[in-house]
Amino acid sequence: MTDQALPLATSRVERRTRSFNLPNFVARAIKYLLLSLAAFVSIFPFFWMVVGATNRSVDIGIGKATFGDQLFVNAANFFATVDAPRIFWNSAFIALVGTVLTLAISSLAGYGFEMFRSKFRERIFTLMLLLLSIPFAALMVPLFVMISSFKLVGTVAAVVLPGIASIFIIFYFRQATKAFPGELRDAARVDGLNEWQIFLYIYLPTMRSTYAAAIIIVFMANWNNYLWPLIVLNKPEQKTATLVISALTSSYTPDFGMILFGTILATLPTLVIFFLLQRRFVEGMLGAVK
Amino acid sequence: MANARLGRTEHITGWTFIAPALVLLGIFMLYPILWSLWMSFQVGKGMNFNFGGFANIVRLTKDPVFIRALVNTLTFLVVQVPIMIGLALLAAVALNDPKLRFRGFFRTAIFLPCVTSLIAYSTLFKSMFATDGVVNNMLMAVWIIQEPIHWLQDPFWAKVLIIIAITWRWTGYNMVFYLAALQNVDRSIYEAARIDGASGWHQFWYITVPMLKPVILFTTIISTIGTLQLFDEVNNITQGGPSDSTLTLSLYIYNLTFKFMPSFGYSATVSWVIVLLVAVLSFAQFVIARDRSK
Repeated sequence: MTDQALPLATSRVERRTRSFNLPNFVARAIKYLLLSLAAFVSIFPFFWMVVGATNRSVDIGIGKATFGDQLFVNAANFFATVDAPRIFWNSAFIALVGTVLTLAISSLAGYGFEMFRSKFRERIFTLMLLLLSIPFAALMVPLFVMISSFKLVGTVAAVVLPGIASIFIIFYFRQATKAFPGELRDAARVDGLNEWQIFLYIYLPTMRSTYAAAIIIVFMANWNNYLWPLIVLNKPEQKTATLVISALTSSYTPDFGMILFGTILATLPTLVIFFLLQRRFVEGMLGAVK
Repeated sequence: MANARLGRTEHITGWTFIAPALVLLGIFMLYPILWSLWMSFQVGKGMNFNFGGFANIVRLTKDPVFIRALVNTLTFLVVQVPIMIGLALLAAVALNDPKLRFRGFFRTAIFLPCVTSLIAYSTLFKSMFATDGVVNNMLMAVWIIQEPIHWLQDPFWAKVLIIIAITWRWTGYNMVFYLAALQNVDRSIYEAARIDGASGWHQFWYITVPMLKPVILFTTIISTIGTLQLFDEVNNITQGGPSDSTLTLSLYIYNLTFKFMPSFGYSATVSWVIVLLVAVLSFAQFVIARDRSK
């Protein structure tokens, strides 16, 4: 077990001396080897997804890991089988509405809990943290009955509403707000801004990284959401990409070439958002953990 | 106290900031929780139910499928969470070395899996782990196994497959929390330990782990909750099979409510088992974490 642990903490002192030292060299080699293995395992399924989309289903079944010439056939099959523009529009619309509303409501609450403390509100906050541990499975049934009694089954509202006030995101914003400089707020007050103006014109621009990290988390959660939309979206024309592609895989003889082409399309938006916001994401996480 | 400085208008402003969230949480969280607690004492099919006392709890103890799902869920929890937390910690410590080459590449690569949608990765794993699939081919090529593993058909390997899948998806996510927390650990502590002759393993175990304890606790609890609620992966990779070997509590609740003739009361009772497990395990994790610090 020391073989694995040693390379993790290769000393700076030792490395500064730059003298060749065999155990140290081996330790570093093992460290790079293990990291490369981890990177390979992490990336391989992405490679497989792209390769698979260019192969026939039969070849995927026998593990052919080289590029084939079936990309256009798979694409054509995919567009012929599913109403792609519609399902991706459904997914995008739900994810966008969900993200905007969640960020608005939850960041306001996180800011409010941190900036205006009172004994009573602290108690509410503690109660909320307790609720955080209630699993969704416990809420699923009553939520469904409630949504049906509101006659909302099959609407975007049904998908989005239960998630807007996210305790996790409220908690995240409260933690991040602790780093928001109080002098900025005081200065803004002296300049005559009211509390809402301070939030809009001072807090929002200052906390860009925090919002970026939250956008990544919330957008991904909404775009990838599966169980709840599966329950409340019952009309075919409202199904999201996630639901439709999942249904394709559970057919008796799934056409994996076509399905993998679909999963590329379904993964692209979250990949793009991640790479666009990556730097801010890391900063935002740092702000919240500090 | 901060609230001593709060004027009356500020006090009201404070409520306006949090009111929308509180109203929504009341409707979509607090009310369903109370409703489900009440439901768990009702028996009957569909929307016809009447008070059954502890009938549902008695039914739990006699329901082999429930016991199966409970054991499966706990197996996933006990095996998967420690592996994932350990891997994430090791990766974070390795990547925290400022002199490491290709740091950005390794970090992005290991984080990348959690960008994928659950459906995309379920599909990928299902096709990669087919009996004649690419994973078996690779393992056979490097002589780790002699003959193909029946990942999707064998009850034991199906569980292993689910564990591999979840670990692949979530290790990078946990790693980011540790990387962020490691930024706050003063490097000079490690220098001092090194001069005192502490080995790499000792530094990891006696400096890194205690320093990161709050974050480790947080991620362990989040992962515990996540694993106890496991649904998407098992529903899409194995559909709970073969012969219920990967059936989880969440999947069972879903089946009880939306696949069979709905029995809301009983499925509410099963869901309260999850709540209870989360509560007990979170509490235990807090206690263990506190004992360690003494």
